[in-house]
Amino acid sequence: MPANYIPESVEYIRILPEIILTILGVIIMLMEAVFTEEQKKIYPYVTFAGLLAAVFGTWIASNNAGLAFQNMLVIDGFGTFFRYIVLAVGLLTVLCSAQYLNRAKANSGEYWGLILFSIVGQSIMVTANELIMIFIGLEISSIATYILAGYLRDDRRNNESALKYFLLGSFATAFFLYGVAWIYGMTGFTNLSEIRRYLLTADLSNSMVLVGSAAALMLVGFLFKISAAPFQVWAPDVYQGAPAPVTAFMSAGPKAAAFAMLIRVFLTAFGPISDRWEPILWVIALATMIVGNFAALRQTNIKRMLAYSSIAHAGYVLVAVACHTAIGTAASMFYLASYAFMNVGAFAVVTHLARKDEQYVEIDDLAGLAQRQPMTAAMMTIFLLSFIGVPLTGGFFGKFYIFKAALDSQFYWLTVLGLLNSAVAAYYYLRILVVMYMKEPGESTESLEPLSGGLLIAVATCAIATLVLGIFPSLVLDVAIASSNFVK
Amino acid sequence: MNLLDIVLFLPLIGFLAVLFAPAASARMVAMIIAVAVFAVSLGLLAPYWYAQPTGWQFEHTAPWISSPAINYHVALDGLSLWLVLLTTLLTPISVLISWSYIKKQTSLFYAFLLLLEFGVIGVFVSMDLFLFYVFWEISLVPMYFLIGVWGHDRRIYAAVKFFLYTMAGSVLMLGAMIYLYNVSGTFDYVTILNGLRTGKINLSWDAELYLFLAFFIAFAIKVPLFPLHTWLPDAHVEAPTAGSVMLAAVMLKMGTYGLMRFCVPLFPGPARGLAPYIAALAIIGIVYGALVAMVQPNMKKLVAYSSVSHLGFVVLGIFSFTQQGFDGAVYVMLAHGISTGALFMLVGYLYERRHSLEISAYGGVATPAPWLATVFMITMFASIGLPTLSNFVGEFLVLQGAAFKSIAWTATAGIGVILSACYMLWLYQRVFLGKTSEGVADHMNDLTFREWAAILPLLVMMVWMGMFTQTFLPAVSVQNRQILEIIQPKTGQTALVLPAIAAPNRDRQGADPAPMRDRQVALTNRPDGASPPAIPLTAEVRNAR
Repeated sequence: MPANYIPESVEYIRILPEIILTILGVIIMLMEAVFTEEQKKIYPYVTFAGLLAAVFGTWIASNNAGLAFQNMLVIDGFGTFFRYIVLAVGLLTVLCSAQYLNRAKANSGEYWGLILFSIVGQSIMVTANELIMIFIGLEISSIATYILAGYLRDDRRNNESALKYFLLGSFATAFFLYGVAWIYGMTGFTNLSEIRRYLLTADLSNSMVLVGSAAALMLVGFLFKISAAPFQVWAPDVYQGAPAPVTAFMSAGPKAAAFAMLIRVFLTAFGPISDRWEPILWVIALATMIVGNFAALRQTNIKRMLAYSSIAHAGYVLVAVACHTAIGTAASMFYLASYAFMNVGAFAVVTHLARKDEQYVEIDDLAGLAQRQPMTAAMMTIFLLSFIGVPLTGGFFGKFYIFKAALDSQFYWLTVLGLLNSAVAAYYYLRILVVMYMKEPGESTESLEPLSGGLLIAVATCAIATLVLGIFPSLVLDVAIASSNFVK
Repeated sequence: MNLLDIVLFLPLIGFLAVLFAPAASARMVAMIIAVAVFAVSLGLLAPYWYAQPTGWQFEHTAPWISSPAINYHVALDGLSLWLVLLTTLLTPISVLISWSYIKKQTSLFYAFLLLLEFGVIGVFVSMDLFLFYVFWEISLVPMYFLIGVWGHDRRIYAAVKFFLYTMAGSVLMLGAMIYLYNVSGTFDYVTILNGLRTGKINLSWDAELYLFLAFFIAFAIKVPLFPLHTWLPDAHVEAPTAGSVMLAAVMLKMGTYGLMRFCVPLFPGPARGLAPYIAALAIIGIVYGALVAMVQPNMKKLVAYSSVSHLGFVVLGIFSFTQQGFDGAVYVMLAHGISTGALFMLVGYLYERRHSLEISAYGGVATPAPWLATVFMITMFASIGLPTLSNFVGEFLVLQGAAFKSIAWTATAGIGVILSACYMLWLYQRVFLGKTSEGVADHMNDLTFREWAAILPLLVMMVWMGMFTQTFLPAVSVQNRQILEIIQPKTGQTALVLPAIAAPNRDRQGADPAPMRDRQVALTNRPDGASPPAIPLTAEVRNAR
């Protein structure tokens, strides 16, 4: 970047959501210093309003699409799509969190500030067009999420979760950074488009090992963030230990953002060597589905089970990524959007169920929910059916479209094995349905208060969104298809 | 918006209405909706009343999803017509038999019954593969809950097994559908069929075989074809009466319907190639089902295994690739729906009185409950296949059709007919005849008005289907002939032209139905050299009268 570089004003508009969220996050941190306990109750509202403003900002930014800051950021349809996803996850998380934090008597400014900063980081990740920017976004998002995972610092499970997440996460990020260093050494660029141009034109016959290793090192970092096998071991422990709303947040938002950057880096920068990484992703996608689904079969803790299920779903998305086609990209975008809703919805129900100190997080604690709270059970059923992939839910159409992309790319075996995997997965989701509908109410559902306030809005929104994505997928799919060809 | 759309979506509206209705009035709302659906569905008969139209009736296409191009495309033909009517007839009956039996979470129960009706009708009328799959899976969910929530002791095991079996089969079918879309660019059934016929869509022999298998396994699990039948006894035994009725009478037909509608016409090559093996499995199913039924100590399990046996006839009929076999297959589908549905209801009546499904808990029921015994006897005879009752016609046609292919098939499958008499008569003897034990006499009162109201329509249908074959067969035959023409081995044919059928047979009760005779001619002229029928088809119909 030249020393006398002065950005144009439109470039600031292109990062409007990040600006809004950063300023708001700082303001909330300042409020924390001066507010009384009573005044702190407005945090969720402020955060929610700020996120809504950021949604608006994203819309304005998308109308001024283009490159920004010397090609370091690219605000295109793809990035905008994922910006909307992470903001939606943020909005839903805010709705889920307020009651939880009040119950834990832990409503303080850091929580809301960290949520906002994490979203800023994700928002940068999905629009970054340059490896250093990706790294910065990744770190902003990750560090905020590490702290959030251990937010209730008196709870030992939280501490365990945060420590594991932090240690393994830093390790993985180091791999990514190492890969960046290699590729910079090789090509002299960190800009994705420049790297692509270099790899397309240069003679790689002697340096393929180096380029391939650099790509592999970066892939390790990405696969860790999306919890793909064999880098998935942290996910169950971290998801189980973290506060339920935080789990909802990190299993949807950062994951979607990590997928966005994986797709962008590998389809743009490493697009020219796709024949090298395609078989690797093929294997990893299959391994991820198998590990996630088969490990989930035997879980008794619902958070842990959903953690394994989220590993399995990462496997489905990887199938679409491995296709490295526009339709594959569109399929993964659609799937991540619908997954965000069903997953946050399911975790919102878990948040509702867990209550103080998360004492009710076993699958059996859902016993008889259908008799005590039919509406809650019905909405949870929608999420579970969507996880299974029953038609008229977003999950089904997403899966359908992923396997369509896979067949387009002639991944016959991957399709067959993936489809059979989704039949295996049905078993553990059905177990929850069994417990909710076919068991007599137990002590935990007897004492459960009705769903109310923000949680109710969050769960209902997710349920409606899941159904809408399943019945009218074109609403989102057309956008995804239109923005699946990003700037290269 | 035509009549078919109304028949299809009314149950869905009913589902929502029942869900949000007060619990006390749920069953009444469900009953009103179910009866209304049946009444409206009778209107579907209109085009078939004086004629046997060949094309699609009540066709409705509307764009649904733009990319990939998926349409809401529904239509009706002679094959789906009767299956839709069977569904709409049995749903109100299922509501009626659950009237006092279902005590917990009643609104949910009736809501799921209507959702099931929605799914099943959708399966029978979908003309878009994607839409078909959607309905196919939707019908799974309510049945899962019906078994799992309101079933007997081992209900959860049975429900999960049912769901997983069907799911495992159908995901591969989904893969096959997507593959078909990728090569043809459409999910539309008729377009794909024509494309395959004219060679516009070219499948390699391997691809065709794998696609056939993917579809076939999904349907074979649902039928269920031996050896994929093991989910069925569990599901049937554990389901509440209404669930068993809907499962046996309607849901199993989804599998056989799928075979006739999709599997065979879309992939005739592999279907013909594998026909001997499939027929062998069907025959094994017929005999095996009957033998296992004979030794069951549990009444519901007995009826369940008898279903395996009866559905074997359907598959045998289909894979004989003869007009009689096809007609018979459809007829057995309908007749089995009526007679086995009725058997499950009667077993349910017994259970409500004595609270046991074990045969040994009964004996001499005919003395305290003579009407119940009489009704059971008629139903039993229908199920065995006594002439003048429904199943006879279908099984006769199937055996006849199979005989054109191989007399050994007919001979072996015929054992199943004999065995069915053995297990049913023995069941009747042990339950209804003999000395009335005290435990039985105390509990057994005769049929109540509500029970009569539920069973009577089925009794009427059994006799009607046995005596007046011509009410049902022409519409079906016309359709079957079309399918048979489609699947004739390719000899450079041109586009699928809907065959013109003989002049409308205005006198429905006429002694000599014209289409039947035409069919004989068509059969003798078949290029693949299938032997012409030795016995005039109409003879059997005359016998039946």
